[in-house]
Amino acid sequence: MEPFKLIRAQDNLQAIHSAGIKQSKFIAGGTNMLDLMKLNIETPRQVVDINKLSLYKIEEMPDEGVRIGALVKNSDLSYNPFIKTHFPMLSEALLSGASPQLRNMASTGGNLMQRTRCPYFYNTDFACNKRLPGSGCAAINGYNRMNAVLGTSDQCIATHPSDMCVALAALGAIIYVQGAKGIRTIPFADFHLLPAQTPHLEHNLRQGELITHIEIPALPFAAKSHYLKVRDRASYEFALTSAAVALDVQNGIIRQARIALGGVGTKPWRSLDAEKALIGASATESTYKRAADLALATANPYKDNAFKVELAKRTLVRALKTVEGLS
Amino acid sequence: MNESLGKPIDRVEGRLKVTGAATYAAEYQIKNLAYGVPVLSTITKGRVKSIDVQQAQKMPGVIGVMTSENCMMLHSPAGSDPGSGKFAEKDLLPLQNDRVLYGGQYIAVVVAETTEQAERAAALIGVTYEEQKPAVGFENHFATAYQPGSGLGGAKTQEKRGDADAAMKTAAVTTDETYTTPVYSHTAMEPHATIAEWNGEKLTVYDATQSVMGVQALLSTILGIPKENTQVYALYIGGGFGSKGFTWANTLLAPMAAKQFNRPVKIELKRQQVFSAAGRRTQTQQKIGLGAGTDGKLVSVKHDTISETSFVDEFVETAGVATPMIYSSPNVEVKHSLVRLNRGTPCPMRAPGESVGTYALEVAMDEMARKLKMDPIQFRIANHSDMDEQKKKQFSSKYLKECYLRGAESIGWNDRNPEPGQTKQGNLLVGYGMATATYPANRSASSAKATLYVDGHAEILCGTQDIGTGTYTVMTQVAADAFGLPVEKVKVKLGNSSYPKGAQSGGSQVSASVGPAIRAAALGAMSKVIKIAIADHKSPLYDKKEEDIMAGNGRIHLKDNANVGEALVDVLRRNGMDKVEAQAKTNVSTRAQQSTTAPDGSPEAKIEEESKTNAAVQADEKTERKDYVFHSFGAQFAKVLVDPDLGTIRVEKIASIMDIGTVMNLKTATNQIMGGIIFGMGMALMEETKYDPINGRIVTRDMAQYLVPVNADIPEIDVQFIGKPDPYISPIGARGIGEIGITGMAAAIANAIYNATGRRVRDLPITPDKLI
Ligand SMILES: Cc1cc2nc3c(=O)[nH]c(=O)nc-3n(C[C@H](O)[C@H](O)[C@H](O)COP(=O)(O)OP(=O)(O)OC[C@H]3O[C@@H](n4cnc5c(N)ncnc54)[C@H](O)[C@@H]3O)c2cc1C
Ligand code: SF4
Repeated sequence: MEPFKLIRAQDNLQAIHSAGIKQSKFIAGGTNMLDLMKLNIETPRQVVDINKLSLYKIEEMPDEGVRIGALVKNSDLSYNPFIKTHFPMLSEALLSGASPQLRNMASTGGNLMQRTRCPYFYNTDFACNKRLPGSGCAAINGYNRMNAVLGTSDQCIATHPSDMCVALAALGAIIYVQGAKGIRTIPFADFHLLPAQTPHLEHNLRQGELITHIEIPALPFAAKSHYLKVRDRASYEFALTSAAVALDVQNGIIRQARIALGGVGTKPWRSLDAEKALIGASATESTYKRAADLALATANPYKDNAFKVELAKRTLVRALKTVEGLS
Repeated sequence: MNESLGKPIDRVEGRLKVTGAATYAAEYQIKNLAYGVPVLSTITKGRVKSIDVQQAQKMPGVIGVMTSENCMMLHSPAGSDPGSGKFAEKDLLPLQNDRVLYGGQYIAVVVAETTEQAERAAALIGVTYEEQKPAVGFENHFATAYQPGSGLGGAKTQEKRGDADAAMKTAAVTTDETYTTPVYSHTAMEPHATIAEWNGEKLTVYDATQSVMGVQALLSTILGIPKENTQVYALYIGGGFGSKGFTWANTLLAPMAAKQFNRPVKIELKRQQVFSAAGRRTQTQQKIGLGAGTDGKLVSVKHDTISETSFVDEFVETAGVATPMIYSSPNVEVKHSLVRLNRGTPCPMRAPGESVGTYALEVAMDEMARKLKMDPIQFRIANHSDMDEQKKKQFSSKYLKECYLRGAESIGWNDRNPEPGQTKQGNLLVGYGMATATYPANRSASSAKATLYVDGHAEILCGTQDIGTGTYTVMTQVAADAFGLPVEKVKVKLGNSSYPKGAQSGGSQVSASVGPAIRAAALGAMSKVIKIAIADHKSPLYDKKEEDIMAGNGRIHLKDNANVGEALVDVLRRNGMDKVEAQAKTNVSTRAQQSTTAPDGSPEAKIEEESKTNAAVQADEKTERKDYVFHSFGAQFAKVLVDPDLGTIRVEKIASIMDIGTVMNLKTATNQIMGGIIFGMGMALMEETKYDPINGRIVTRDMAQYLVPVNADIPEIDVQFIGKPDPYISPIGARGIGEIGITGMAAAIANAIYNATGRRVRDLPITPDKLI
């Protein structure tokens, strides 16, 4: 670890101001940041602790949407009664992630910003474009069982590891950020970036910009929603594949649908194609399968992760069947 | 007086451990301690051309950098027996030359005032290499396979009886399949760590080791200092599973650096470093051929294993070691061969040989039972070996058939549909599987010292160690019974190389080896007390016969009249003694060639001398053992639920019935078997160390990438014991249990998955991608 200066910000403005300089980083729960610093993957000169900011509220909106403070702990969010009844897929996604101890520390903003779990990214002895731009990608021809099949480029095939973000992608969340120039909002779909030729650029935040809230707009049919995660062990493990699904079925016809996939994409992967295929179709297994095929139509598998294409489809179909079965 | 042996008493050191008061190797507070951080190679094969330490030297807090250019020269280690010191990589003493033979090999050690300073400086060491093409990828090198020498403890690597090939040709039913297992890592909770401190010519070392005596012997040879000047402590160890059985470079580098910089030095590996620089289980490919008659009797068994080792030592995973003995068959052929790869050297890992060997063999047995349309239990009973047909000797005791029956009862075997893929529970498929478990019962020479104090408490000293298995606890029970004292009055001290030599913690031998020595030492002390009483005309036992007297409740008294006797402390007090002590060595080994006699004049020779008049030692050593082989057996059962669409596997229940002789403590024994079962679940379902296919360095080197089972994976586990003492192994009748719990487990799960799905996965671990 490199030595750094620690600043304990008292309010948003101080945090933004302090983090405005280069090589400065926020720290919230620290569950990702500290590991990366210990491994010399992140080497900030200045660390701005934001835990004293007043961003801990979960506010229900009059129209049944919700605003979630960036410092709300993953555990608090997952057990929130409003979230559990209105957006069960979000609660389930959070509870499927990490372990209770980690969720007690992990914040909403930090979860959004967590970095990939590609093993080569974590090992400074290997080439990695995301860690060291231009050094190459050890995963493409290496051990890539856990890597992505959607949204990859010839520079990087790392997954975005978050479960929470898969649910937020499906729910069309809006991210509120505050910077030196004021407050702006970013639609969830625009927040994370595809690797393309610049895998080290992962999101749309500018230096010093602070995530203050996440808003989930009202989505009544998301009360029937589900997050399904397939993994190598029962807990404390990232997804091989996952699916966040909400369905509005009336008289056997799908009126509205939301679909996002995890474990397969270089960013949390909402599939508008799959949603389109569902809307207006009858709620049957063959419809689900067609949607799943479309969701994975652009998949580009590598040596060890070809199974993810089929597994992701099955995960999605199962999640859709489960939601259909919810009464 | 109630005997304490067998009782499920709590761990005597449990409170210390859960309150953090138990001191592990890395936790000793040593004045003026400096911190060493290793720099490991980032290439897989080649030479170190130069090491630039300038920048690192200038960093704050840095005391110095130890490299091959400035470090002390070491002497070659000789031995290969872990108990007397086995260096894991005999051709790669650390920092002795510029060769690099695997990724993650020691290149330098940075020593600084704090760990953080040392780590920071270590990142600034500039190493330039001359890279060579490494041998990477197990399967790519089968053409280079060669026949190795002997395996662990002199195990034969090639065995044969009858003509397996000829019998296979004429067998009515045959199976011939290939099974593969990956590299596994021990991932003991405590990483390898050493603190070394020199005091003139005397060296004190705190080490995370499974053998304080082995480390003492090894340090003395390699560093070239007398044994008496080498003191090793390992009071508490956070698991080893074999990774701390051989000695690794950290144990040498700490004293080397301490000498060089004239400061006590600590080296504690990071988890990532443990993966590359402190052992692993080798990768295997096993071909199993079985031939049987239509009556279900085996006529031919072939077990052919290829495994890999490094370029710096030869370790053979003797996967076929149990195969000639486990079932009855007139024709058997077992082979092992090795290839060399540029990887760190493999070493023993919980049941080395049997764990992966029973996976392959017991899945093959399941495949054969299926072909024969026989119930897997009945098939095994039909081929039960009543004796070791290879060695042509009887088993000291064996209740395997009872294990099968009790396991079947516990798991609900009657509910099993022999047709795979037929039983459903909602979305899920249900399956049952079983396998035989087996592990040899090892016993080796051990010594101990017993002291009875006038305040009424007793103490045992033994140079073995408790690696987390419960040795402190069961040995307290053994000693308490011999002294006739309650367990609270007995203090067992281990983990100190200046104590009488005890067994190394490996091969499941500590309980069986050290137990009888401790018992004999305590009985020896008691015999002295009794003799004093008999000679003391103030004692109620004056002039009585020793054989008529027994101990109990802190007293000695007549066997047939407990009222005639007195308190132990009264005997000592009246005779003006503050203590009575005795030492004993039980020179018994289940591997005949391993009984050892100490050199004349050594402290151990004195113990041998004293043991000649110790009745317990004499009776134990005279027990006729040469006509017997010593093995534990058991039956493993698993019930699994498989999601056929998603490939996810849920183990619903495990039943494990073990025949391990006397159960010394029901709680620690159950705990050891459960640990083995969970180890086996990891082996079957998720653990796998992955190497980069191009440069051959380890990719999965932390506990987020190398998966072991977590609580949420663990099902109901029913552990039962047969509980019949082994009449020949020792007066205690206990065989070791640290390793048998993993054997057969992976096969039982794999067989259950087959029964659930009809899918036979012959490549561990069985992950969802292999089932969809
Ligand atoms: C062993 C392990 C297993 C895990 N398993 C899972 C899993 O299965 N599923 C899953 O989804 N996650 C998993 N996680 C990841 C975990 O969810 C994240 O580490 C956590 O959410 C990060 O939150 P934090 O508050 O600790 O962030 P920190 O570590 O404090 O920060 C992470 C990043 O976010 C930035 N940041 C934090 N807050 C803000 C803000 N308000 N505005 C702008 N930037 C900010 C920091 O600068 C930093 O770059 C696992 C983590 C570990 C260690
Ligand atoms: S996939 Fe991305 S993160 Fe992984 S090694 Fe390649 S560039 Fe780095």
